[in-house]
Amino acid sequence: MPNEKDSRTAPKNSPKIAGDELRVIGVSRRRVDARAKVTGQTRFADDIFLPRMAYCKLLRSPHPHARIRTIDTTRAAAHAGVYLVLTGKDVPIQYGILPVSQDEQALCVDRVRHVGDPVAAVIAREELTAFEALDLIDVDYEILTTISDPGEALNTPEPRIHEYGEEGNIHKFVALEFGNVEEGFAEADEIFEDTFFFQGNTHLPIEQHAAVAIKDPDGKLTIWSCTQTPHYLHRALAKVLEIPAAHIRVIATPNGGGFGGKSDPFHHEIVVAKAALLLDRPVKICLTREEVFYCHRGRHPVLMKFKTGVKKDGAITGMHLQTLIDGGAYGSYGVASTFYAGALQTTTYHIPRYRYQGCRTFTNKPPCGPKRGHGTPQPRFGQEVQLDKIAEKLKIDPADLRLRIVESSNAVTANFFRLGTVNLAECIRRIVKVSGWKEKFRKLPLGRGIGLACSAYLTGAGLPIYWNKMPHSGVQLKFDRSGGVTIFCGATEIGQGSDDVLAAIVAEVLGIDTFDIRLFTGDTDLGPVDLGSYSSRVTLMAGNAALQAAERGKTIIAEAIAEKLEVPKERLRFAGKRVFDSAAPDKGFSFQEAVCLAEARFGTIGTVGSYTPPKSPALYKGGGVGPSPTYSYSAAVVEVEVNRVTGWVTVPRIWIAHDIGRALNPALARGQVEGSVYMGLGEALMEEQEFRRLPKKLSHALVHKFPSILEYKSPTSLDMPEVITELIEEPDPHGPFGAKEVGQGPLLPIMPAVANAVYDAVGVRIDEIPVTPEKIMKALAEKKAGRNPRFGPDHFPPVNWPEALRVPPPWEGGDGNAVNDIPRRAKTDAKKEKVLTP
Amino acid sequence: MTTLPIESQKTSQIRFALNGEETDVSFAPYKTLLEILREDLGHTGTKHGCELGECGACAVLLDGKPVLSCLVLALECAGKQILTVEGLSEDGKLHPLQEAFADLGAAQCGYCTPAILVTAKALLDHNPHPTRDQIRESISGNLCRCTGYLQIFEAVEAAILKIADKKSSPA
Repeated sequence: MPNEKDSRTAPKNSPKIAGDELRVIGVSRRRVDARAKVTGQTRFADDIFLPRMAYCKLLRSPHPHARIRTIDTTRAAAHAGVYLVLTGKDVPIQYGILPVSQDEQALCVDRVRHVGDPVAAVIAREELTAFEALDLIDVDYEILTTISDPGEALNTPEPRIHEYGEEGNIHKFVALEFGNVEEGFAEADEIFEDTFFFQGNTHLPIEQHAAVAIKDPDGKLTIWSCTQTPHYLHRALAKVLEIPAAHIRVIATPNGGGFGGKSDPFHHEIVVAKAALLLDRPVKICLTREEVFYCHRGRHPVLMKFKTGVKKDGAITGMHLQTLIDGGAYGSYGVASTFYAGALQTTTYHIPRYRYQGCRTFTNKPPCGPKRGHGTPQPRFGQEVQLDKIAEKLKIDPADLRLRIVESSNAVTANFFRLGTVNLAECIRRIVKVSGWKEKFRKLPLGRGIGLACSAYLTGAGLPIYWNKMPHSGVQLKFDRSGGVTIFCGATEIGQGSDDVLAAIVAEVLGIDTFDIRLFTGDTDLGPVDLGSYSSRVTLMAGNAALQAAERGKTIIAEAIAEKLEVPKERLRFAGKRVFDSAAPDKGFSFQEAVCLAEARFGTIGTVGSYTPPKSPALYKGGGVGPSPTYSYSAAVVEVEVNRVTGWVTVPRIWIAHDIGRALNPALARGQVEGSVYMGLGEALMEEQEFRRLPKKLSHALVHKFPSILEYKSPTSLDMPEVITELIEEPDPHGPFGAKEVGQGPLLPIMPAVANAVYDAVGVRIDEIPVTPEKIMKALAEKKAGRNPRFGPDHFPPVNWPEALRVPPPWEGGDGNAVNDIPRRAKTDAKKEKVLTP
Repeated sequence: MTTLPIESQKTSQIRFALNGEETDVSFAPYKTLLEILREDLGHTGTKHGCELGECGACAVLLDGKPVLSCLVLALECAGKQILTVEGLSEDGKLHPLQEAFADLGAAQCGYCTPAILVTAKALLDHNPHPTRDQIRESISGNLCRCTGYLQIFEAVEAAILKIADKKSSPA
């Protein structure tokens, strides 16, 4: 059997009692959905073909900012083969992923806000006909001033891209202060001020977004879509279509890559649902690659200013972070992203006083949102590069500096995040050892260098996107007389292996094989709600729900078997597809017999499990973004070779250690680490979502510089370095079998480690991502001219920051509330807090 | 009578061998090999990520050589041998490449997998013992956003051993 392979990574526990060893968890196994994937039978959304199916195409705005005067669809509607043409007035209700930014419309009604904003839809017998008919729609636009970047947004309050937000084109301010940062700077021996820029980039899943909707025979709606968040899509559809949520079924098809890019409810999903209901026939849409670039929701471009005070020994006395964030044309997850950009700084190193000011602006570009690491890679880049500079100035090895200041397990940070297990120090020690850091750092020949960086990430957002007290994840199990077990769960398979996590946990508890389990996941009708595949939450949250459901099933079966065997049920073990007496292992039943005996004793057997994260001590407004049941930690060392004539960077090797708690399936865990390293390397060296203005004689419109895979450079198999992965396993009590996240965290240290390595190689600081040859050449020229050997921003524009909420940190007697937010204090006391959005 | 929409005008017809099976198919003449496979022949194992020849997700073997099916006109395929992922397994058994990809984590989301599998097969058919650099080179036109490629290389290398084992000890 495939799951007996690779015993290298089997857990090294020595059980005293038969049946107590782990047989599934911790073993590298074939994932449950692997066969479907290698035979091409995984049914992605665009693989669905239904009888009488019609095809949908969207007409998108060619202008970055314009008022729609009129739309005339007469000619398109009359085109042979066209069934239906929809415009904004057919689906006018606003929606959005966050309750605080319901600012999208499925088809723009009176305003377009970026090139690619959809204004009309054609549904036709054939895709090509629908495409042709787009040309027959006449839209009269009144061009408005384009806001192209946050600087322009700050200086151009009118026209407003949206009528809501803080003021002008500022979408969101965050201002939080934990302790008196100025006092912290006064205590410091050295103050460091650095400005960094992180360019935006996009997810580039190889699967283009697709969806198919049908009106069920009973008049209800079913939609298949490659969404990471079927539950949130469910809610958005109910709102916009104004039909009861109970009459809508969302089936998340396996995503052909998500990385955060399929986490919002999208125009095309709402449009095909509306069209299917109107036409009473299946309607499909598959976006072109160009359209995928317009959907975006990718990494926000962020300008950052870090001011950090340190003692001579490296201890941080205070940190002040400012961010200016380019949000694009809509809210998306942006309010959460703005908080996240300042949230996790405190989770890696002890920062006794911390001030964060964040500002997200609207611009006339495709909306930014959550990409792997959501909001945290940009400030992590700045923080880790600045630490490298601090270490150099203080003449402390960068690894040693970090080891001196790492946070400890179960600490509560200045901003009131309660940490779980923190094995960052072990990650650093391991990576220093395996990379030969001490022999290489500042010792390699000119042109070769090595850089180190660390990071932390959530294992699931502590709060749901809309405020409620219900579980974040639920699992139902059906125990069949066949001996098979069926898992029903809303968790969504986006390639990360969520189905395998559920199967592994249930199989381990019940002593059966993962291939004896059937899964129905990502289906809002069949399974209980799981909030979705985002914030690295599935392993811990859906995993804990599965664990609870399986344990409950085990209890029921054990009770029946204990009676039958006349042994205490504590003595029973479930292993090897058997239920047996651990004192006399021959005495027992097959799992199938055990299920039948239990059913005979108690009736039909089904169990449920659910998971709700622990309550966070961060009670202040905005404290809902950043808490997590536990955090993962990573440390990476990157080796580079920099060509001093061309600026070209080659990366031969990367060492990475990841504090994972426990690897449920080490082969898959390593795949997540390597995939994160790969994606981080793409961000570090080449990936950028860039825009340009067309020449004045054309429209002067702000357009995507290269909405194609050919021009949007991402690493190929030829660019991928050797990666040495070290999984640090100390089971965390919050995770199922001790597991923490692995899908996002390992991406985070790569970008700063690359920049730090480039400095080690050629002595220039590239304080901007991506680190391109052009930037290196410019910095080398500065160096040659005797100027500051650096490339990066040197200016943070003036921002009219609001007064910060002042939250005394735990060591100053703080209770998690802001001292200057009186109305909220009252609300909190009355237990009515509405903590915002993870 | 009004004219049929263009896609419904299945005025072209070819015969070719699809996964070893002689196949007749009628289709609108502008269609690509990718389109007739997925839309007219129900072979949805072959994927697409750009339909512009940029991502490699639509690779199939045409007379044993990997081609991007989104750039091949279906009309050019008359009389040719086409192999897709659906034709990889034999007698209900997975191809050693499929086994290795499944066991070693080489397929995460699985979207680029069919194309990489057939591309790797073409490599091994012509060069049963490629080096890692040759493996890298052979799939450099197939983008994968999930794996970071390393487990794909390892799976191809594992398959090489499996195939060699099979050849040295015929059952």
